[in-house]
Amino acid sequence: MRHDIIEKNVGLMALLIVLVISGGFLVEVVPLFFLKETNEPVAGLEPLTPLQLEGRDIYIREGCHVCHTQQIRPFRAETERYGHYSVAGEFVYERPFLWGSKRTGPDLARVGGRYSDAWQRMHLFDPRSVVPESNMPAFPWLFENKVDHTGTAAKLTTMQTLGVPYTDEQIANAADQVQGKFEIEALVAYLQQLGTVISTKR
Amino acid sequence: MSTFWSIWISAIVLGTIFGCWWLLWATRKSQTTDTETERTTGHSFDGIEEYDNPLPKWWFYLFVGTCVFSLGYLALYPGLGNFKGLLGWTQHNQWEKEVQVAEAKYGEIYAQYGSTPIVELAQNEDAMKMGQRLFANNCAVCHGSAARGAVGFPNLTDDDWLYGGDPDTIVQTLTHGRQGAMPAKGMMPNMDSEQVDQVVNYVLSFSDRARDPEAAKAGEQVFMQACAACHGQDAKGMQAMGAPNLTDNTWLYGSTYDRIEETVLYGRQNQMPAQKGRLSEDQIHILGAYVYSLSN
Repeated sequence: MRHDIIEKNVGLMALLIVLVISGGFLVEVVPLFFLKETNEPVAGLEPLTPLQLEGRDIYIREGCHVCHTQQIRPFRAETERYGHYSVAGEFVYERPFLWGSKRTGPDLARVGGRYSDAWQRMHLFDPRSVVPESNMPAFPWLFENKVDHTGTAAKLTTMQTLGVPYTDEQIANAADQVQGKFEIEALVAYLQQLGTVISTKR
Repeated sequence: MSTFWSIWISAIVLGTIFGCWWLLWATRKSQTTDTETERTTGHSFDGIEEYDNPLPKWWFYLFVGTCVFSLGYLALYPGLGNFKGLLGWTQHNQWEKEVQVAEAKYGEIYAQYGSTPIVELAQNEDAMKMGQRLFANNCAVCHGSAARGAVGFPNLTDDDWLYGGDPDTIVQTLTHGRQGAMPAKGMMPNMDSEQVDQVVNYVLSFSDRARDPEAAKAGEQVFMQACAACHGQDAKGMQAMGAPNLTDNTWLYGSTYDRIEETVLYGRQNQMPAQKGRLSEDQIHILGAYVYSLSN
């Protein structure tokens, strides 16, 4: 076979290109859809409560994931600082995941319980009031805006469709649980549960 | 991983490598030299023609080399389904090895410091350097890098302690954390606004700052009913409950009339997170000595 046969047949070339680039996907991604390690939640993992779920959406809206990762890699330097390395089973209800790829600020995968609620509030209202050398932006509007509860039930329903085990009862009560709450309450509730399923240091 | 997926992965990976290998050889033109030929691709555009040269040999063999490398790599490292690779490498055992190396290096030091009494350890310069690093990484975010605290986060360099500053209590605080909870209006939920004003004035009078001496006098009765259960009748606090001394110059939430009024009206909730599980016992011990050394 000569290479000009491929170069002169666009259809054949396209087919071969598809074959080549799908190789990585077929080997590295497709099996993960079916593996136990990546699909079974770790023991004790619960879906987020409606308030935490709204907090997660605020986390995404404010772009927290742009500067903070949520993934502790299995290196001693990271496990010493952040705690047990992240495992796949912790993320089965994450849609989409918020692993991130850039650490301008520290990793938040196990920030839950690390600081008090009061600290989280002060820090989000004015980061430099507690950490003078911080370059994190302040988020004072979270203390003024209420969570929009009208979409909460629909969010839970969507998650349920995607396989997160919310019960119909939870969905029915979702709006009531977040109505009247400030955005800061939702965000702190979300942050305080991060990574708490695995609490040992390892 | 099930046998099916193991075979699926292995077949595609090896198929891809040998496919590349085959493609390289199959498309390599029969050539007698690896320099330029006179042959062109046969088409011409505005008199411009394109040579139909073979891939340079060094380049060709570089491609072949990548195939050989990948086979070697797959023999050593896990990449073919359930085959673990000859080196037996995994992310987890790499991490465990790192931890073991660190354990061998620091384990002895930690054990030695961990078994030294805190009062003595606080005099050890090397241990305190270690304690300072641990403090900077784990405590400074709330208590400040100089341990002087902030509004709501106690200063650790003074002699004023909410829960006690002896070594055992410090270690207890570090290990299990603390829950500070002052209820709104203390033990008197139906305190009216006049009584709030009175009790704030009474508290201010401990430091001779009462706005209205009459109100301060009346505030004593309110204080006894609402506050004395935790802060004590003499307002000197109670470390067992973490209730602060109100007669000194240390104010966790501010000393002005407005801040004290806010504290009385809404109460205060505070928390020191438990470090058990986050830090080892020896690390907590060293940190305890460091905190102890700040005020002793």
